[in-house]
Amino acid sequence: MDLHIVWFVLWGVLWGVYFMLDGFVLGAGMLHRVLGETDEDRRVIINSFGPVWDGNEVWLVTAGGATLAAFPTAYALMFSYLYTPLLLLLFGLIVRGVSFEFRGKEDGALWRGCWDWAIVGSSLVPALLFGVAFGNIFAGLPMDQAGYHGSLIYLLNPYGIVCGVLFVLLFLQHGALYLVVKTTGELSRSAEGAARVIWILLLLVAVGFLVSSYFSTKLYDNYLAAPIVALVPLLAVAALLSIRVFLAKGAHLAAFAASCATILGVVFTGVIGLFPNLIPSSLDPAFSLSIYNSSSSAYTLRIMTVVAFIFVPIVIGYKIWVYRIFRGRVSGASLAGDHEAY
Amino acid sequence: MDVLTLSRLQFAVTSMFHFIFVPLTLGLSVLVALMETRYVMSGDELYKRMAKFWGKLFLINFALGIVTGITLEFQFGMNWAEYSRYVGDIFGAPLAIEATVAFFLESVFIGVWAFGWNKVSRRVHLLSIWIVAMATNLSGLWILLANGWMQHPVGYVLRNGRAEMVDFMALLTNPFGLLKFGHQIVSGYTVAGFFVMGVSAWHLLRARNRVFFKTSFGMAAAFALGASIMVAVIGDFHAADVAKTQPAKFAAMEAVWESCTNAPLHLIAYPDEKNQCNLVTGLPIPGLLSFLAFHDSSATIKGLNSFPKEDRPPVLPVFLSFRLMVGLGSYFILVAAAALFLSRSGMLEKYPLFLRLLVYSIPLPYIANQLGWIVSEVGRQPWIVYGIMRTSDAVSKSISVSQVVGSLVGFTLLYGLLGFVDIYLLAKFARKGPEEITLAAAGANSK
Repeated sequence: MDLHIVWFVLWGVLWGVYFMLDGFVLGAGMLHRVLGETDEDRRVIINSFGPVWDGNEVWLVTAGGATLAAFPTAYALMFSYLYTPLLLLLFGLIVRGVSFEFRGKEDGALWRGCWDWAIVGSSLVPALLFGVAFGNIFAGLPMDQAGYHGSLIYLLNPYGIVCGVLFVLLFLQHGALYLVVKTTGELSRSAEGAARVIWILLLLVAVGFLVSSYFSTKLYDNYLAAPIVALVPLLAVAALLSIRVFLAKGAHLAAFAASCATILGVVFTGVIGLFPNLIPSSLDPAFSLSIYNSSSSAYTLRIMTVVAFIFVPIVIGYKIWVYRIFRGRVSGASLAGDHEAY
Repeated sequence: MDVLTLSRLQFAVTSMFHFIFVPLTLGLSVLVALMETRYVMSGDELYKRMAKFWGKLFLINFALGIVTGITLEFQFGMNWAEYSRYVGDIFGAPLAIEATVAFFLESVFIGVWAFGWNKVSRRVHLLSIWIVAMATNLSGLWILLANGWMQHPVGYVLRNGRAEMVDFMALLTNPFGLLKFGHQIVSGYTVAGFFVMGVSAWHLLRARNRVFFKTSFGMAAAFALGASIMVAVIGDFHAADVAKTQPAKFAAMEAVWESCTNAPLHLIAYPDEKNQCNLVTGLPIPGLLSFLAFHDSSATIKGLNSFPKEDRPPVLPVFLSFRLMVGLGSYFILVAAAALFLSRSGMLEKYPLFLRLLVYSIPLPYIANQLGWIVSEVGRQPWIVYGIMRTSDAVSKSISVSQVVGSLVGFTLLYGLLGFVDIYLLAKFARKGPEEITLAAAGANSK
């Protein structure tokens, strides 16, 4: 088996699972002030993902670590080329994490209001930047033998912005559906109303993404070469459409599951289109970073494969167990006797 | 300033800030797990309240430790791209493994522990804090194996224009990494022991919740004494290993300029880097330095002057940090021993001055931890990977001064603000008694 390909797939899976899991935390965070009208609502929103958000974020750390271990050259160049957006992303994730912890530790309205808005901002910024970054990776970065010729402004090109908005809407949808399933009463109903509105916007932007990808990227080349893989984007579209059907039927959990599938589908659509590149060069394909010219040695890939194949299933196993422990809806009443909640 | 200097400064700021929170996490997780174990074994509610009270402080501290750790991983790519490219093949493995086998466990089970008091059985709840404690320590092991490789590279060959891993077991059994891990873990336990003793002392001085805080104090004192003795013991082996693997760092730690056999340990010394000698030396103990380094009082210690100037670390900060760290380490053993004695003999509250000393001693183990890292990292210079890659060759080529100035200012302001808030909250909740915390939370809940 070609371990380069194994690690390419794992790389895609790590990012896909990260977006699927942190996506609803980012989405719920962005909706925190919109849907949470009272302090109790806002506590319910934070506590709906309170026990799991930290474990979800580790998928990002693992995706980063795996990129360094398996594709060090791609890691080095991607992170140094995208210096400023990654910095803003880090600030966002740092502020978000402490905001959850700090918010409930004082009673004042000003204190809580500040952390509330911090949560909204620190959820929006990473969501947008992930989209912009991946959009630019799909399209290729301007790099050649002299290095990188881009800048933060360059990254905010129309295609990058389409992808940024796509990610924001995907996560908003995901977060809204999560809150539909995890909360009760008025909050759950208003989350459902938000999900319906977001769905229409998401559909429009998704069409825009598929069309503009044709003009701005080479993602479709792989699909034309091997049409069978076009099943992935087709499934992503089907999942997106089915969200609306499930919502109409009142099958909320199915709608959330369809949203999970949509996010995985979008990520894999892009990743399959990139193959065998991790980061294409938009200037000259000779300078693209592929899984072959930027990978670790065969020995390192073997070691890392053994580790991944033993431990990733274990991680998935105990994560499922933990989600089962914390299944069920969170409400003001369920938090009332709980001194340990956020 | 250039990109190199700024990037080094930024790594120092972000890693030292991160390391304000890590040692307490390492130690307090174990202490809280011990408290909860006593609760589950005895059924005594006192220990449950202890686990909850100290656990609350643990969580406030934990939050900032976790979020600032990601910064370090990202910076290897952002600021040190040439480093990542050159050594990622071997250095990336422990980082990725750390995330997969340790960080996941820690982050998932902290959720079970913090939110699961009423959701899982007592035993599962106890198991979850032990998993957190074990995973936090395991996480430290992988990180220090990665750092240990930078200090003393093993298991690699230079091939294809980079360092490639050829022996994973060598990386895992690198004595440098293992010794550093041992030294660091018990240093973290010392921080936690002094933290719990200090906070307990503050309450005992005010005669509040006396049983609660005397019991906490007793556990912490035993923990701190055991840990601080181990710090010294493992530290001694660690320093002896440094003398073998990094002679230039060792010479800087002890301010030895000229190579000599039967080297004395000078109780008083002050290095003068410009003139490559010591400004003052005094109170030599003959042969002791040779003995400490090689367990042979006639062994040769290589002096700084036997290394080319460009291969020497900055001497003064390494020397002073090492001296101060060792001094503090000795102080911890004495104070912890006295604390354990007074606590066991029931005389603790008769010595308010000693209790006050403990309150003021809370920051000292933190400082000792930072000093240890200064010895380790500044002492490794000018190398980023000892002997094979210079720090000046490791910095990213594509980033500009303005980018790094911006990020450095951003990190400093953001970390300053968040650190201030975190320490404020730690102090606030540490001052509250165990009942007040529960009542305050209940009040907030009813709103």
